[in-house]
Amino acid sequence: MDGTERLFERMVHEHQNRVFAFGLALTGNRHDAEEVAQDTFLRAYRALVTYPPDRIRDLKQKPWLHQIALNVVRNRVRGNRPRLVELNGSEPDHALGPEDDAILKMEMDALAVRVAALPTRYRDAVVLRHVQELSYQEAADALGQPVGTVKANVHRGLKLLRGDDDEHSDD
Amino acid sequence: MSTLTTELKKLGEAKAPAGFAERLLAQVGMTDSYASFGTVLGTVYVAWNRQGISAASRSASAAEFEAWFRNELGRPVVAAAAPPDLAEKVEDELQGRRRMRFDLRGQTPFEQAVLRKTREIPRGEIRPYGWVAREIGHPSAMRAVGTALANNPIPYFIPCHRVVRTDGKIGNYGGGGPEAKRAILTLEGVRLNRLEELARAGVRYQGVKTTKIFCFPTCHTGRRALEKNIVWLHDEASARAAGFRPCKVCRPGAVA
Repeated sequence: MDGTERLFERMVHEHQNRVFAFGLALTGNRHDAEEVAQDTFLRAYRALVTYPPDRIRDLKQKPWLHQIALNVVRNRVRGNRPRLVELNGSEPDHALGPEDDAILKMEMDALAVRVAALPTRYRDAVVLRHVQELSYQEAADALGQPVGTVKANVHRGLKLLRGDDDEHSDD
Repeated sequence: MSTLTTELKKLGEAKAPAGFAERLLAQVGMTDSYASFGTVLGTVYVAWNRQGISAASRSASAAEFEAWFRNELGRPVVAAAAPPDLAEKVEDELQGRRRMRFDLRGQTPFEQAVLRKTREIPRGEIRPYGWVAREIGHPSAMRAVGTALANNPIPYFIPCHRVVRTDGKIGNYGGGGPEAKRAILTLEGVRLNRLEELARAGVRYQGVKTTKIFCFPTCHTGRRALEKNIVWLHDEASARAAGFRPCKVCRPGAVA
């Protein structure tokens, strides 16, 4: 196994939960979240093998993976999704998961549904900042937006989630 | 404010499903995947990765195969749906109509040499252990060849069943014992009873009077000879003394 493969293996083990959680908050269900996470890492792998060593060394894995995942979610047009090889046993198991507390899991899923239903620009900003706990700067980098825009979108997204959106409902 | 952000933070603690990383690594070919195939040999479990086929076994169950694989190759293997064309490829390979790629990275250079050489033995033919040893440049390493073949991770695909004892006896077989070895060779068209008769009579080679060439009895070039032109030879020295030279295809002795 060469250096890139070892790096990728470490990357998968280190970031799999983070990327899955990201997918869950963006899509609102675990099945899609797994697909997003899978697709994100597959894309990351395909990119890594083409990168020169110094680019791999300087790579900020966390924002980089978030950026890829955002693109994956954006490209998931219903009915025209990139075909993934289905593996046996990859069907999401709703009854049993790594989370021990089933109630906690249900609460998580319920919140994920609400977050995923937000208009895209607020959803992405809120999830990056408050679910994934990236800094405003990292979130802005991942989104390719100015920090001020991200802050405004996070603020508005939180407001929508709290349900005290009394001004307007343009999105 | 604080409750919502706390809840969002908790959402970030969601865990990827069990086995996610393993399935992913299998998908990029870094971990081995496996599936079972119905073949001429019955159900065969076959593992593959990006390098090619990495293992095969006629295990009784998926669990048994997984345990065997982990023990044999020292790494995990993940159940997967086979790529759509793989079943056909496996069947073609076992029927001798195709040459697949193999992953032999876990084997020592000597073992790899033995396995690669064994792969050159055509379907329907057999060679002695000593032949493999000589061909790979270790003429005295017959036992080591036997051990390497006994540990063949990809039996049936790498035809270790086509290597038999130098005295003509069929020898042991890691892919299911001597009986399985007989069955597979018979399936490939080797006339074992005849070969064992020859072996009992001390015959090792078949010579053809008209060409003055001697072959292993199963060599496909020698099979074209007419019965009346065939002479049976006991060893290389007497064959050479009678004016025969070794076949350049099956290379029964050192090809001069």
